[in-house]
Amino acid sequence: MGNFHNEHEPLGGKLVSKTTVVCAILALIAAFLLAKRMVLGLGSVTNLNNGFPWGIWIAYDVVIGTAFACGGYAMALVCYILNKGEYHPLVRPALLASCFGYTLGGISIVFDLGRWWNAWHILVPKYMQTNSVMFEVALCVMSYILVLWIEFAPAILTKFHLTAHRKKLDKVLFVFVALGCLLPTMHQSSLGTLLVVLGYQIHPLWQTPLLPLLFLTSAICMGFSIVVFEAVLGSAGFKRSIKHEMPQLAKIARIVQGLMVVYLGLRFADIAIRGELGAIFGSGLRSLMFFIEILLFATPVVLFQSIKNRTSKQGLFVGAVSMLLGGALYRLDAFLVAYDTGPGWHYFPSVSELMVTFGIIAAEVLLYIVFVRRLPVFYTHALTPAELAAAHDK
Amino acid sequence: MALKRRDFIKGAAGGGAALATAAVVSSPAPAEARENKQMPPNAVGLLYDSTLCIGCKACVAGCKEANDLPPDFNTADKLWDTPIDIGPKTFNVIKVYADGTAATKDQEKDGFAFVKKSCMHCVDPSCVSVCPVSAMTKDAQTGIVGYNPDICIGCRYCVASCPFGVPQAEYDTPTPKIRKCEMCRHRQAEGKIPACAEVCPTGATVFGPITAINAEIARRRALKPGEVTTFERRTIGSGDTHEKAAATYIDHVYGEKEVGGTQFRFMSGVAFDKLGMPDLPEKSYPSQSEGIQHTLYSGMLAPAAVFAGLVWAAKRSAHVEDEHPEE
Repeated sequence: MGNFHNEHEPLGGKLVSKTTVVCAILALIAAFLLAKRMVLGLGSVTNLNNGFPWGIWIAYDVVIGTAFACGGYAMALVCYILNKGEYHPLVRPALLASCFGYTLGGISIVFDLGRWWNAWHILVPKYMQTNSVMFEVALCVMSYILVLWIEFAPAILTKFHLTAHRKKLDKVLFVFVALGCLLPTMHQSSLGTLLVVLGYQIHPLWQTPLLPLLFLTSAICMGFSIVVFEAVLGSAGFKRSIKHEMPQLAKIARIVQGLMVVYLGLRFADIAIRGELGAIFGSGLRSLMFFIEILLFATPVVLFQSIKNRTSKQGLFVGAVSMLLGGALYRLDAFLVAYDTGPGWHYFPSVSELMVTFGIIAAEVLLYIVFVRRLPVFYTHALTPAELAAAHDK
Repeated sequence: MALKRRDFIKGAAGGGAALATAAVVSSPAPAEARENKQMPPNAVGLLYDSTLCIGCKACVAGCKEANDLPPDFNTADKLWDTPIDIGPKTFNVIKVYADGTAATKDQEKDGFAFVKKSCMHCVDPSCVSVCPVSAMTKDAQTGIVGYNPDICIGCRYCVASCPFGVPQAEYDTPTPKIRKCEMCRHRQAEGKIPACAEVCPTGATVFGPITAINAEIARRRALKPGEVTTFERRTIGSGDTHEKAAATYIDHVYGEKEVGGTQFRFMSGVAFDKLGMPDLPEKSYPSQSEGIQHTLYSGMLAPAAVFAGLVWAAKRSAHVEDEHPEE
């Protein structure tokens, strides 16, 4: 049992493959376009306008991207807060994906800021504006990026044999784990609150004082789902058995199902109480988008009812992907489709704008592959699940 | 190995308690909207009376000159300034409503009416409430909503949040600013009045303390349609007057109640929804969003309590691992 922490091993293997080369090319194209934006301004690359001052970089790279990056948060909640050590093998891969998701989300915010050289003003007490939801989100996301890397640091310290540092960090890591649960709870809900002040400009199917709660519950579900998604996809991509992790993935599916029932209950009860049920059918494109959202959210609820689906890779994958798409569409709808600032304003992302977003996703995938092949991230399962459980059950 | 309800309850009784607390404090159910903000003591404002406006657009040109704004070309030949709405190059425009034959001024059917669009200088402005770095501010005395580009980070939350679509960002430069009407506060600092009021030949736009504007609105509302009366130019109390028959005003002064009141007031003979002014609630939007934020984050007590619970729970599961030191 002495080697418990050494259960994490680098997966090894070649770094240059079709996938990594394609990702690198996409990332380079994005870097070029971002350089162009820096020289010529946002308008040279994006279709942003004063009716749609926030586009796909905010809606996807920040709002959806950080929700996809909630795996570390979701796993920390069950593993360390609910004290379920059995989930331990899933924590590091989830944390790593969260590190990249949040870090690249944070970087892309800087490129979206018109006056980015003033960004440090967020940290200057005399400028801080605590009524602003944006202020809270900015501060929380900045802190959380640091916290995530500290949470992931043991993998890096182990790789470089910095045992003394590792031991010191282990003693205080629980504080960062706690922060790693508090901060996402705050800003994932606040990403919803951001829209409350927009009032009538957000369609009534999305505008509600419950936005923070709806954003939080769906973000946690997306966090759990990305863990399932990465485990199943990783098992194929890295030819790595996940049979030891299947029981935990099945339980995660059950959690997603339960939370989604709560989410859908809240969503419909809220629309009914606000007297907007009629808007579900009479809102054209927005009605259609709403139905697709609900369908995607309902899929894991129905699918994960059967034990067969919860214990098969295929069932898990379909349910998780559906949940992730539902959560992404909900955010895209709330920030862009439901948004109407008056007649004459239109927005659809430009090709360059989309290429930046694809490049950022590609960079995340690329870095993830490099890290898991070179750093101790995944469990290698030298111990049986029973031994693992024994190590954790006190 | 399927998830047992019992396991979950056990978990909830322990570290889950912290999560439960988080869920409760995150619930917006107890979130009370705060009150709307109050009019500042020495508030100044603009009164725009559509029935006096002749659509000469002297105010548009005056505003451009006073604020050093470039022409806003919208025709192919680019021969003269043709703004179609407010924008980064235009803080103030005059638009026209026209119906049918457009024969009669200030009449909804077969008539026309002018509209002035510029910053409303809200009493409880969304742009000020949402600005993360206090670049957008409301003067505590005059109530003017001003902008400081040296502080601004360019997040454009003000652009997104304004219910009137007033703050405008620039997208064609690497050093973009937010542009909007600041009620010519640079001119007011020199003892002058806003340019749009200064140049208006009919007194359709007048400047003055909000108390004087309120009194003038009350006087005009009490006039009988067709009754000949005097209207002042530039400021209320300027003494520079002209005579004109009073128009038929609708029973609604825009900006008295909308989103908690604005310091730009708008009188008209045609309903405001026809003039493109949004139908807004009396409760300001910041009062709702700040209500939620302040309920959740009041004194940071709730987050501190949740954090304490989380630290306790994380510590509890961390010491399990302490017994299996590495290497």
